[in-house]
Amino acid sequence: MSTNKLLLILFIIATLAFSTSQANDDLKNSPKLGVAADELSPQPQWNLSIAPDGKGLPAGSGTAAQGAKIFANQCAACHGPEGIGGAAEPLVGEVGSLTDDYPEKTVNSYWPYATTLFDYIRRSMPIQAPFSLSADEVYALSAYILSQDDIIATDAVMNADTLPKVEMPNRDGFISIYQQKP
Amino acid sequence: MTLPTTATTDLATTLNKQVIDRRRFLQHAILGSAVASSATLSLPIWAEEPEKQITNDPDTFPKNLPEAMRTAGAEFTNYGQPSPHEQHVIRWVSANSAALGTGVSWTPLHELQGTITPNGLHYERHHNGVPKIDPANHILLIDGLVKQPLKFSVKHLLRYPMISRTCFIECGGNSNSGWRNNPIQTKAGYAHGLISNCEWTGIPLKLLLQEAGVKSAAKWVIAEGADGSALNMSIPVEKLMDDAILALYQNGERIRPENGYPMRLVLPGWEGITNIKWLRQLKLTDAPTMSRDETSQYTELMPDGKARQFTFEMDAKSLITSPSLGMTLPDNPGVYQITGLAWSGRGKITKVEVSADGGKTWIDATLQGPILDKAFTRFSLPWHWKGDYAILQSRATDETGYVQPTRAALVESRGKHGFFHYNAIVSWEITEEGDINHVYE
Ligand code: HEC
Repeated sequence: MSTNKLLLILFIIATLAFSTSQANDDLKNSPKLGVAADELSPQPQWNLSIAPDGKGLPAGSGTAAQGAKIFANQCAACHGPEGIGGAAEPLVGEVGSLTDDYPEKTVNSYWPYATTLFDYIRRSMPIQAPFSLSADEVYALSAYILSQDDIIATDAVMNADTLPKVEMPNRDGFISIYQQKP
Repeated sequence: MTLPTTATTDLATTLNKQVIDRRRFLQHAILGSAVASSATLSLPIWAEEPEKQITNDPDTFPKNLPEAMRTAGAEFTNYGQPSPHEQHVIRWVSANSAALGTGVSWTPLHELQGTITPNGLHYERHHNGVPKIDPANHILLIDGLVKQPLKFSVKHLLRYPMISRTCFIECGGNSNSGWRNNPIQTKAGYAHGLISNCEWTGIPLKLLLQEAGVKSAAKWVIAEGADGSALNMSIPVEKLMDDAILALYQNGERIRPENGYPMRLVLPGWEGITNIKWLRQLKLTDAPTMSRDETSQYTELMPDGKARQFTFEMDAKSLITSPSLGMTLPDNPGVYQITGLAWSGRGKITKVEVSADGGKTWIDATLQGPILDKAFTRFSLPWHWKGDYAILQSRATDETGYVQPTRAALVESRGKHGFFHYNAIVSWEITEEGDINHVYE
């Protein structure tokens, strides 16, 4: 067989192999360089998101009284002394205002899940030092904010068990536009 | 940056052969360069040139040439910058006074032409500043409801097959001053420029998800950024398996830090907040996590007290960028080119109409091709202005048949407190003096 013929046959084989792999599975042309990460996946730093059922909440606990002190030191400068009237978003008050002419969206008036409060404070606040608060402190701050509008009792203890059970006033206030589609 | 020495020498030699009277200049350039010795040796030796007698005929000798034509220009630069005369073409920054990394910067749409947003002018929305990320220390983890959790280094990701796609990214809060009771008197880009349009290059996300093996119970993906707010958003798996890109390049160069370096999600047509920058993790789950930015923010409160949530697709919208507020019409009467941008998160723009009488009559504008899916489409229409009072508007239609609403219709259906997803027709009032104001029609 001449070299030319051999090359032609090899070329045809290669082309066929290429086109079938395209049709069958994109993966065949992928270098597949992902490295097994079974050891990484369970670690806390890769499980930052807290689900509404509380999955992902760490051990620890806190009360509104403890939270009030932390709030005054770490949050009031931006969010106002009682969580309202600062340069940053108001966090408390205005529950029931959502149908008013001037509705006010605060954590307590608008947020559907209390778990979001833990999730968000831990990852983002105080804004100049995210992840600087202990789990106890984040539970305490959550308790403080929620108790301001009597969503929980002033002496209630917030922890991985109680926080997901808190019923937010606007729990049913959201309509998923995405799922409504066929 | 190191220069490729051989290429420089070759180029220099070629030029020398061709351009005799530039010999001295080139010699100078080569001597000043890093390859001085070898290049000097390779210079050919030229025969003595006969002296040319130049007589300057005052009638034919070129006079009054600009200085730039009578001097050597500036030297080469490693990374080019806009002309110093264009220094007003900037993003407009609006940050929280208590936390300067929180806020937005607006693309100056009124200063730009064509459809591509230069990288330095891409809009920004940061929730806690721009993180400094060394790609050598950054990984992407894909885990949760997958057959095999996988981590990817940036180096490895750069070896994957890539695709390029030009599309817009628009913040859900773009144009939200439109909900106010009084029309804001701000330049077009600084009211509507939380949108930019780039060519994004990267790996089809589907490829990476298939490699990890998506379990059938997986319905959502929690995407998380490696910034100082570890921004997390839930995204339906089917979008990531459809046209999502793990973008590594923006307009041909690696993504800018403020746009997600070393990598970001690009979800064509979907609200900016879902296009997670500085992407560190995709965790597959059965339900959304209900993060702060998909509950407290980026949801639209309706008059009945209920809020629209997971409003991912950006509705069709258009905007006249010129003439627009901040400009004046100097010639009265005169011919002006009305031009602007139209886009839709649901597909291609099929029509843009322009009105000069506040929406009473409309004329189809010319659409500049190629018209791309979920990307900026430039429209234009010449306008003979006779010096009369006018209200200029544009109205986009996309391939689903959706027509951009009037402000009145939008407010009628959504109320005034939705804050996000404002896409109503924008009206520019032209006074008889040629001044331009923003009005509600
Ligand atoms: C230096 C200023 C600053 C400090 C201190 C600060 N915050 Fe914030 N906070 C902000 C800003 C700015 C935002 C809005 C961030 C954004 O736009 O993404 C915010 C947002 C929030 C939100 C979400 C509000 C909403 O409606 O979506 C909560 C909850 C919150 N902060 C709680 C706290 C708590 C608790 C502390 C104290 C541990 C704290 N913040 C300290 C500036 C601050």
